[in-house]
Amino acid sequence: MTRVRRPVVAGWFTEGDGDREFRLLGTRCGACTAVFFPREDSFCRNPGCTGGELAEVPLSKRGRVWSYTAGRYRPPAPYASDPDTEWEPYTLVAVELEAERMVVLGQAVPGVTVEDLSVGAEVEVVPGILSEDADTAWTTWHWRPVEVDR
Amino acid sequence: MNDVAVLGAGMHPWGKWGRSFVEYGTAAARAALADAGIGWQDVRSVVGADTVRGGYPGYVAGATFARALGWQGARVTSVYAACASGAQAIDTARAQILAGMAEVVLVVGADSAPKGFFAPAGGDRPDDPDWLRFRLLGATNPAYFGLYARRRMALHGDTTDDFAQVKVKNAAAGALNPYARYRTAVSARQVASSPVVADPLRLLDICATSDGGAALVLSSMAYARRHGAGVPVRIRAVSTVTPTYPRTVLDLPDIATDSAVAVDPPALGFGESIARAAYEEAGLGPDDLSLAEVYDLSTALELQWYEDLGLCGPGEGAKLLREGATALGGRIPVNASGGLASFGEAVPAQAVAQVCELTWQLRGTAGERQVAGARAGMTANQGLFGHGSAVVAVR
Repeated sequence: MTRVRRPVVAGWFTEGDGDREFRLLGTRCGACTAVFFPREDSFCRNPGCTGGELAEVPLSKRGRVWSYTAGRYRPPAPYASDPDTEWEPYTLVAVELEAERMVVLGQAVPGVTVEDLSVGAEVEVVPGILSEDADTAWTTWHWRPVEVDR
Repeated sequence: MNDVAVLGAGMHPWGKWGRSFVEYGTAAARAALADAGIGWQDVRSVVGADTVRGGYPGYVAGATFARALGWQGARVTSVYAACASGAQAIDTARAQILAGMAEVVLVVGADSAPKGFFAPAGGDRPDDPDWLRFRLLGATNPAYFGLYARRRMALHGDTTDDFAQVKVKNAAAGALNPYARYRTAVSARQVASSPVVADPLRLLDICATSDGGAALVLSSMAYARRHGAGVPVRIRAVSTVTPTYPRTVLDLPDIATDSAVAVDPPALGFGESIARAAYEEAGLGPDDLSLAEVYDLSTALELQWYEDLGLCGPGEGAKLLREGATALGGRIPVNASGGLASFGEAVPAQAVAQVCELTWQLRGTAGERQVAGARAGMTANQGLFGHGSAVVAVR
């Protein structure tokens, strides 16, 4: 049985299978050009802006590592994780996007450890699977070092 | 001067006692009242710092403590600002005193913490950033501490041994504090051999979650004089500022920073702006401080506070530590109480406990951990979701 692919949160990234086309989706204020991720659809949070129309905008595919860490212990719920399986540490990467002048956090592609990363290194956003249950594969975004591009 | 007097300070020892937060807060309140030498019936306002972990009584902590001490008709306020709840409670009490709404105010914060990582409130709540960071990323609080620590290593050349030395320093001070949960010395080797929790930080780099309670009795200066309080410790400034857009340092529970595309980043980061507001209100600067109590959620974060408080220049936190300036006996002792490293975090009590420590230090009654000739102290802390917290006390 194939699981249905569903985004773990709606509207935060493009849907489809292609690594190359995959992007995070934010919003941009039509009045002041401020960018928001996670997306703001109701209000512009720039204090000097009286508010413009917020339009969806794809974020840069590539950025540079701002910092990174590894979670060596199982996080509490609502993180989906089977307590009966051995905990597999995962890597978190905070990535600075030059064009958007912002930092976006995400998990690294499975298998990437802190040894594979350094502050300032180039990474790109790719689609990934956060967790799977009986009939659903919950999709998310992952950061992947550009060096280990396959 | 808009000073208010600290008539009394009291705490329930930190630990993992497994009892209700109401018990800790009530014990701390009674200790503070006894220290002030006034009766509960003389208190005209109670301000409680809320806990989200005690069910409804935690959300209305002011009333919960007032009821436990015995209803006597005092005005009541309950405040929540995450880790900054205690500072907001102090700020509220001070505003009431300065506005003439009450002459004597009791401030209480207490918590009963679960074991392990703090987790978001239950239920399926995709509109809540705190829920989302756990659901989407498994990003615990220590994960953010790990990001900051790694960033400092890359930017400033801090080492994991520098971080360990913060723990060594704070454990040495905490060993002298009867209210601390951990009261034994810790070596750098012990830190280095503790398990990694959030790379590069290890278990002994990260503060525990604790039970505890702290309370203050605050009054107008006129009341303190009538009461014969002599030369009381005075609260001279309370900073409860919010950040300035755009925030460019990733802060828990956020998944991303603000974008600086439309507006350039402010000259001061949030931590610096918290301290700046307190200094400006107090009419003091970093050189005037005898000591500081800062929120060492992790060892590396303590170094960041040195810089934010202006105790040293940007990037020089580890250097200040290595020089011994921030240890007991140093030029500007930081966390003479032992800090969160020795206490563990009891969220709504912690910012109140910081001011308890300043009170005892400024009175010269801190015993073996006394900072000689202490005249002025600052506390600093930052609550989740953009809550600044700093208090300046003088004597």
